[in-house]
Amino acid sequence: MKQEQSIIPIDVGQLIGSVEQCRNEGYRLAQIGCTKVGDNSFEVNYSFDKDYVLRNLRITVTAETEVPSITGMYWGAFVYENEMHDLFGIQVKGINIDFKGTFIQTAIKYPFGVTVTKGEKP
Amino acid sequence: MTKQIIVPFGPQHPVLPEPIHLDLVLEDERVVDAIPSIGYIHRGFEKLVEKREFTEYVYIAERTCGICSFIHGATYCQGIEQIMNIEVPERADYLRTIWSEYSRLHSHLLWLGCFADSFGFENLFMAAWRIRERILDVFEQTTGGRVIQGSCKIGGVRRDIANDKLTGMSRDLDSIQKEIEELTTVFLNDDTVRHRTRNIGVLSRDDAYHLGAVGPTARGSGVAIDLRKTGYGAYDRLNVPVITDSCGDCYSRCYVRCKELFTSIDLIQQAITEIPDGPIDVKVTGSPNGEYFMRAEQPRGELVHYLKGNGTKFLVRSRIRTPTLTNIPPLVKMLQGCELADVPVIVLSIDPCISCTER
Repeated sequence: MKQEQSIIPIDVGQLIGSVEQCRNEGYRLAQIGCTKVGDNSFEVNYSFDKDYVLRNLRITVTAETEVPSITGMYWGAFVYENEMHDLFGIQVKGINIDFKGTFIQTAIKYPFGVTVTKGEKP
Repeated sequence: MTKQIIVPFGPQHPVLPEPIHLDLVLEDERVVDAIPSIGYIHRGFEKLVEKREFTEYVYIAERTCGICSFIHGATYCQGIEQIMNIEVPERADYLRTIWSEYSRLHSHLLWLGCFADSFGFENLFMAAWRIRERILDVFEQTTGGRVIQGSCKIGGVRRDIANDKLTGMSRDLDSIQKEIEELTTVFLNDDTVRHRTRNIGVLSRDDAYHLGAVGPTARGSGVAIDLRKTGYGAYDRLNVPVITDSCGDCYSRCYVRCKELFTSIDLIQQAITEIPDGPIDVKVTGSPNGEYFMRAEQPRGELVHYLKGNGTKFLVRSRIRTPTLTNIPPLVKMLQGCELADVPVIVLSIDPCISCTER
């Protein structure tokens, strides 16, 4: 059985307004996740759930883009935003609890920001 | 103003089976704030998706957790099946559901033992784990593995359970149910347990919802979220009640898990009654091209597997959002205002699985 879900591409500038709208409509933050889609390009999915329907807001950014934090509306988002920074190197501005790169400590800086092919070591 | 001090809690602590660290800001014995840190055992499983074919990745997905490993594997498989539009045989759906519910029984019994241990009730810990052994035996008999089952694959399952065996499992569940009734009577009625859990670590309904709590942590605060209601696997053909409680304290979270043990037994019994005969898998050809957010109900709550393929044998992305990660902000809220001595019980009450979180 297919679970109901939608993906809505938006610009970074629209992020706060769109998230605020989700909050006002009673959506719960389900997750924030990144995907590397190019040499220096990432998709970030902000997933919100209400009545088992998943609404995904998608922004596409580079490592240099400053992404505004949504912790003002969803306090618990700090775990995802720190993860985005520590694993992908995405700059998130204004996180309520900013670990400044120490939330997930890895031997390689931003390990998910590089692509590895079979046989290579990261 | 009372002087504030910071007491480090973890990463090594007698109640913590796995490492998580909390900086507890104290005024006398009262916790005014808690700052969590994870990352001690981050394994980078998600990165392996670039080096393993999507059919092999099932084994990696299963190893995300040693408690609900089957559900991780099944959720991954179901996500890929949705991308590739694979129709799984009905018997495989039922078998996945049966093993998923056994995973929930195993996980909740394990948690009840650890929870009893957190407030020093050692023989209750042993009683819970004694029953858990019987669940692990069923896993071993039906899949060959007690911890990692390896029985799920894209397109169905690897192993069938003979109908005679299913009947035997149903009979065993009747006696397991009696043992669980005795066990949960102590958890829900004993004064010692009540004293250590009632009005401790209270999470309001609003906080639970907006901080992203899932599973028994959310349901203990009255938020009726249970992803089994979306009808994946065979759940659309079974009657799935959602257990909730309204107090939002450690006792409520314990209450929800105790009652869910009976729900799981009932779901397995329903599945055994209704399971049809037939094939257990279909042949899979091609590679996934597309993306899907597959969500399932783990023992600890909502699990999200985001999968994205580009038509090759290697996925572009596998993102696993585990329930413990999203239960960390609610935990921080619960700890604010509690007594230092209650911290271990409150931390245990969300059933933290750091292996999952550090996938």
